[in-house]
Amino acid sequence: MNEKFLSLDNIEKRFKIQGHEDYIAVTNVNLEIKKNEIISIIGHSGCGKSTLLNMISGLDAQSEGHILLENKEVKGPGPERAVVFQNHSLLPWLSVYQNIEMAVKKVMPSLSSAELRERVEKFVSMVNLDHAKDKLPGEISGGMKQRVGIARALSIKPKVLLMDEPFGALDSLTRANLQEHLMRIQQSVKNTVIIITHDIDEAVLLSDRVIMMTNGPEATIGEILEVNLERPRNRVELQSDPEYIRCREAILSFLYEKFAKDD
Amino acid sequence: MNSETVKKIVLPLLVFMIIIQFWYEISNIVSGFPTPSETYKAAFGGINEDGETIKGVLSDPFYVNNQDDKGIFWQIIASLKRVFAGFVLAILVGIPVGLFVGMSKNAQYALNPFIQIFKPVSPLAWLPLLLFIFQDINMTAISTIFITSIWPIIINTALGVRSVSQDYMNVAKVLQFSPLEKIVQIILPVSVPYIFTGMRLSLGIAWLVIVAAEMLTGGIGIGFWIWDEYNNLNYHNIIIGIIVVGLIGFFLDIIMGKIADYFDYTKKGRA
Repeated sequence: MNEKFLSLDNIEKRFKIQGHEDYIAVTNVNLEIKKNEIISIIGHSGCGKSTLLNMISGLDAQSEGHILLENKEVKGPGPERAVVFQNHSLLPWLSVYQNIEMAVKKVMPSLSSAELRERVEKFVSMVNLDHAKDKLPGEISGGMKQRVGIARALSIKPKVLLMDEPFGALDSLTRANLQEHLMRIQQSVKNTVIIITHDIDEAVLLSDRVIMMTNGPEATIGEILEVNLERPRNRVELQSDPEYIRCREAILSFLYEKFAKDD
Repeated sequence: MNSETVKKIVLPLLVFMIIIQFWYEISNIVSGFPTPSETYKAAFGGINEDGETIKGVLSDPFYVNNQDDKGIFWQIIASLKRVFAGFVLAILVGIPVGLFVGMSKNAQYALNPFIQIFKPVSPLAWLPLLLFIFQDINMTAISTIFITSIWPIIINTALGVRSVSQDYMNVAKVLQFSPLEKIVQIILPVSVPYIFTGMRLSLGIAWLVIVAAEMLTGGIGIGFWIWDEYNNLNYHNIIIGIIVVGLIGFFLDIIMGKIADYFDYTKKGRA
């Protein structure tokens, strides 16, 4: 197995500010991500975690350094790095089905209409939305919208799934439900996933490794935590698992003792 | 019937009666000004003060005496044809220009001053110039409508394009949409409600312009007809003309509104 699947090499992001020195948001980020690994990036707001994700997705360009996916330099956005946006970003004039269809049609233009329908329906089913496939995004709940967002991202067969605080806007019960969906999907279809989050439990529950970012400006990777928990994981049983508790405490101590932020 | 519905019927009726009363007062003060009843007879026929039975303008709208003397239906049709010709031209040119202005900052910088300068110019100012260019009544009327009704379409289309959220554009970027795919799949659907608002304003302007344009160009059309009735001293027909123009404008607006709602995704699928 080629261990070097996705690598970030000395990434820095500077923003120009008129009449001032450049603002260095993120600097000196080095990270190797293995195939089918799930990692979370956690940090206080303003630590540049979304900036980092945007550079991996190509929506934003790094000022320094290289991002390599399967030894190829990442330049600009592309469907092999699918993004699940925080606000779901579904097109409101298209139904659930059509939102996914639009993506599949674009990325896999060679599919016959039967294959296209089969693929779209497979991903609608994967997030349990068969009953709502003809509904418009305005007619379904926030959690369901985010499920469509996940299905749309996965339907285009990405090499990496990038999730920018995917459940941040949802209430905690819906969030838990979506985490379960994500873990279940990940059990059947292996993906390389990068999740930006500010939720400690979410990070531990979902990830193989948790990347902890120091505070900005000049934010960088502070610590990397390995989560040695068997899958499938059960959130209730985990509460008393010593490894789970160790991981939670490690992140808590990083965020609230070493890099506390008062605002 | 609930009280809201009753109010919606009774209150306009009250205002209508006030208007009729006001009209009577004017016809008392201004000698020769047609009274409401004279105007009614002129519109729907009846027996005039000389005891002759007359045909009304609206009860006999389809007559054709000769090239210069046709019923009001033919006048309206002639005007509507010009309005739609100018309006369709304004749509065909205005939407692409609006898309261009909305999508390109440079295009906006380049064109915006001229849009702002030409927009407030009265159709009557364009008319002599266009008449000089085309030397033709139809072409002059159509081009006047085109040039005065295109601005709201351009401005609103550009506004619609600028309202496209960055989130949707990010989706388009990740899927690597071509510029054309961006326009068709994202920008147009978002802009459609704005474009239709522009078209609705534009059609309103077009219908305003036609009356003035036809008064000056002559020939046939509701504007010409009103001016012709003035020259014939048929003042009651002017009032009929005003009401007819108003009603048609009102219906055009309703139709445009219905079409706009049909294409507006924000008005669909709302439970």
